[in-house]
Parts: sequence; C-alpha cells; structure tokens
Amino acid sequence: MNTQTSAAAVAVAGVAAAVPGLALENVTCTFRAAAGKGGYTAVKDVNLTVGAGEFVSVVGPTGCGKSTLLNVSAGLLEPSSGTVKVFGEPLVGMNRHAGYMFQAESLMPWRTALDNVIVGLEFRGVARNEAVARGQDWLQRVGLGSHGHRYPHQMSGGMRKRAALAQTLIMDPKIILMDEPFSALDIQTRQLMENELLDIWSADRKSVLFITHDLEEAISLSDRVIVLSAGPGTHPIGEFAIDLPRPRDVSEVRLTPEFVRLHDEIWHTMKEEVLKGYVQSQQK
Amino acid sequence: MSRANKNRRGIADLPSAVLQIPIVCSLIGLWYGLTETDILPKFFFGEPFKVFGVLWHWFTSGEIFPHLGVTLVETVLAFVVGAVLGLVIGLWLALNPTASRLADPYIKAANAMPRVVLAPIFAVWFGLGIWSKVALGVTLVFFIVFFNVYQGIREVSPVLLANARVLGANARQLLRTVYLPSATSWVFSSLHTSVGMAFVGAVVGEYLGSARGVGYLILQAEGVFDINTVFAGMLVLTAFALVLDQAVGVVEKRLLVWRPTHGETEKL
Repeated sequence: MNTQTSAAAVAVAGVAAAVPGLALENVTCTFRAAAGKGGYTAVKDVNLTVGAGEFVSVVGPTGCGKSTLLNVSAGLLEPSSGTVKVFGEPLVGMNRHAGYMFQAESLMPWRTALDNVIVGLEFRGVARNEAVARGQDWLQRVGLGSHGHRYPHQMSGGMRKRAALAQTLIMDPKIILMDEPFSALDIQTRQLMENELLDIWSADRKSVLFITHDLEEAISLSDRVIVLSAGPGTHPIGEFAIDLPRPRDVSEVRLTPEFVRLHDEIWHTMKEEVLKGYVQSQQK
Repeated sequence: MSRANKNRRGIADLPSAVLQIPIVCSLIGLWYGLTETDILPKFFFGEPFKVFGVLWHWFTSGEIFPHLGVTLVETVLAFVVGAVLGLVIGLWLALNPTASRLADPYIKAANAMPRVVLAPIFAVWFGLGIWSKVALGVTLVFFIVFFNVYQGIREVSPVLLANARVLGANARQLLRTVYLPSATSWVFSSLHTSVGMAFVGAVVGEYLGSARGVGYLILQAEGVFDINTVFAGMLVLTAFALVLDQAVGVVEKRLLVWRPTHGETEKL
C-alpha cells in the first residue's frame, strides 16, 4: 500500500503536513444491544488520518459503519475506545473545526434557503446584515443566487444539496465531513455537483473526509481512497494513493487508462468485502 | 381541468354553492312543511319563520353582539392559554424523559376524565363570569396541543438536530431554532381541532351556568320552553363556528407557508 506516496502527494505548496487535520487512533465503537447481552461493534481499531488540505474518500460495503466514523469525527458520537485528534489536539465534545454534510435531508423545512445557509452564523452571533450578505454570496457560489427565498420543499433534490453545501461551507470549517452527500441525486446532477465540489475545494483547500459506496466517485474526487472491510468490526483493509492530475473533470477522468487501472486494483480489494456485506445483509 | 373535459359539463362542474343552496332550502322547506302540518309538534320542533324572526330581531337590534363577543373572548382566551400551556409542558416533558416517565400516568388519567364534570367546580372557583368558561376550554385545548407537541418533539429528525449541533448550536439555540419551530408547527397542525374545542368549552360552560354569552341565551330560552329561540341560538353558534374555522384556515395558510401541500408543484 502506498501510504508513503500519498503523504507526499498531500504536501501542498511544498510544505509537508506534519500534523494531520484529522486523525482517528485505534477507534472502536460498540453499540449497546437494544435487549440482552453483548453489543454490536460497528468499527474496530480504526486508524485513519486526513492530512491538512487532503481529500480522502472512504469506500466500503453497505452497512459497514462508514457513517459511524464520521459521527465520531464530528464529535456527535464518543468512541468506546481510542482517540480522535483534530490538528493534534484530542477531541473533546463537538468538533468545532468540522463541517458535516449529511446523507439525509438536513435543511430546516421552516426556513428559506437563505435562512438555512446562515443558520450557523446565527449560532455564532454574527449580525443579521452581515450574515445575509455572506449567505447571498454563498448561494451565488453554489448556483442558487436567485433561489434564496425558497423553502426546502420548493426546491429540487439537487438544489437542496447545494443549499446544504453552502450551509456547511459558510462556516469556513477546516475539515469537511461528507456522508454520501450526493447519493440521492441522479447521475448527471451528481457529476455536476462533484465538479463544483472539486472547484470549491481546490480554491481553498480543506481537509475532506468523504464517505461513499461509489468507487468511481471516490477515485475521481480524492487524493487517497481507503477501503473498509465489511461489518461488524469494520476496519480499513487497503489504502490507495490517487495520483491522477488535477484539476480533474469527474466525467472525463473516468475514461483515462490510469483511472481504469486504479479502479481495477481497488475493486479487487473491495470485491470480497462487498460480497461478505451482501451475504450478511441477506441473513439479517 | 383540461379543455376536453370542459365541453361535457356535468353536474360536478357546477359551483358547489349552486348545489348546496337548494339542499339547505329544501331542508328548511321540509322542516316548515312538517311542523306546519303538525306532523312534528311545533312545541318541540319550532317554526322556521319564527326562528328567522328571532335571528332578525337579534341582529337588527344588536342584542346578540355582546353575547357573541363574550363567547368569542372566551374561545380566544381558552385557545391561547391552553395552547401556550400545552406547548410549554409538551416541550418540557418531551425533552425531559424522567419528568415524562413520572407524569405519564397522571397525564393519561387527566385526559381520560370527562372534562365537562369540571365545569361546576370551575364555576365555584372562578364564578359565573368568563373565567370559568375559559378554564373549561383550557382543559380541552391543553391536551390536544400537549399530545401533538409531545409526539412532534420526539419525532424531530435526528439529522436536523445533529446538523444544528455541528453548525455550533448550544442547548438554548437548539431549542429556539429546532425544537420550538417544530413544536409550533404541530400546534398549528392541530389548530382546527383545538380552536373548535375552545369554542365547545366556552359554549358548554355558558350553558351550565352564566350571565352572558350565546350559551346563556340558549339556556334562558330553554328554561321557558322557547324552542324557536333555542334553534336560533344553535344556528348562530353553527354559523359562528364556521366563520371561526375559516379564520383559522387563513391564519394556518399564512403561518405554514413552508409546509409542502400535497401535490404542489412549482415551476422552477
């Protein structure tokens, strides 16, 4: 596995990121069973780092505890054992450096797009005028400039995701956690959103931990792809540096031979776990 | 409606009023016919034209308005007090599992009790003025709002909560931006039922003992077997309830703009 090369790839502008933005060390999460003894160990002994400014994707079979890793990173869930470090500091409580884009709908239905985008600034106590100005700017950037007055139910799925993206990025988080954010979108909208995400990311490099079950999405976006085993007791089983040149266009990069080679290589590692995951989901 | 449909005009295409007015007219006609021919005794069933006479007198002389005013004030007060109490206590119990577990049997018992039996006690406590009626209305409204809010808060999307927390909301901000709007939306969704209940509380309270209000008019008329006035009072109450329901509909539409109406599509 090429962890060494990936670390080099991370070194943006020639400065090696000595302190990773996010580091999970021996993280284990066991959920208490609803009834009776024992429990369910979703993730076990996970070591995972995201360098400063690095885009890391995590792929794995369905139901393997990918979201658990994000919840731990965001501080929403305390690991049963192990530590989370954010820029070298152990994480206590909520992760104030992280933005989180959820898989499910996360906009407040009773707020307009604009009011949803600025809600984080409101929590921070930013004056309404300034918040609105910044909110407008972000709506513009995600292509919703003239839709700020719409309520979530008046927007399409893609528009809601854009609003959610603006809502996360307006807070200027140093780490962005994304949980299959585009999985509910149709393929065309999805590729558009992926390209926009890459544009925004390359303008202002943040650490991104991107969870997906779609290997192609993972390869086309990331600097590094981490493959997880099937649950229970999920842990990383492979790590691949993606040295495709940037800037990338997600729909074009998929056609390059280098992409196909990486896809084959990673899929080979994943296949067995996906089958395991499938068998388990059948037995449940 | 498509163009093709417009050409074959059926009965369903007529404005509803065109169909509804003949229905009410024939019902009144039937009432008139049956009482005039003494098939139904006038003493028990009244006479439509005398009933309209009473109504005419009430509205032209303005006699009815203070009574309607009192009933309206009681209804509004009962709704507001009941809704606020239901909202606050519903929020509190939904966010506090221990308190909720302790209170559970008492809430169930209080809700199971027929609240009308409280009316005499309220009359003793609060007198024959408006407050005994407000109190009765409150006991009716409270439980509707309370159960709606309680259930609504427990079903607030965990993703919304997690999202707000990640965006930096503290406990108070979480209450203000997620729980409270969510709870109010449940209050509004039960608006029709709870305003109706507030009205029932007011009228039943008046009927059981009062010095003013439409319920009082009915009570007085019944005491002297003036069936026509009783019917007139019933008609006034019915019309009033309809107006109230319309008003609630308007308020609801304004307050819940963010809520998707079924099948709504909007051009982007």
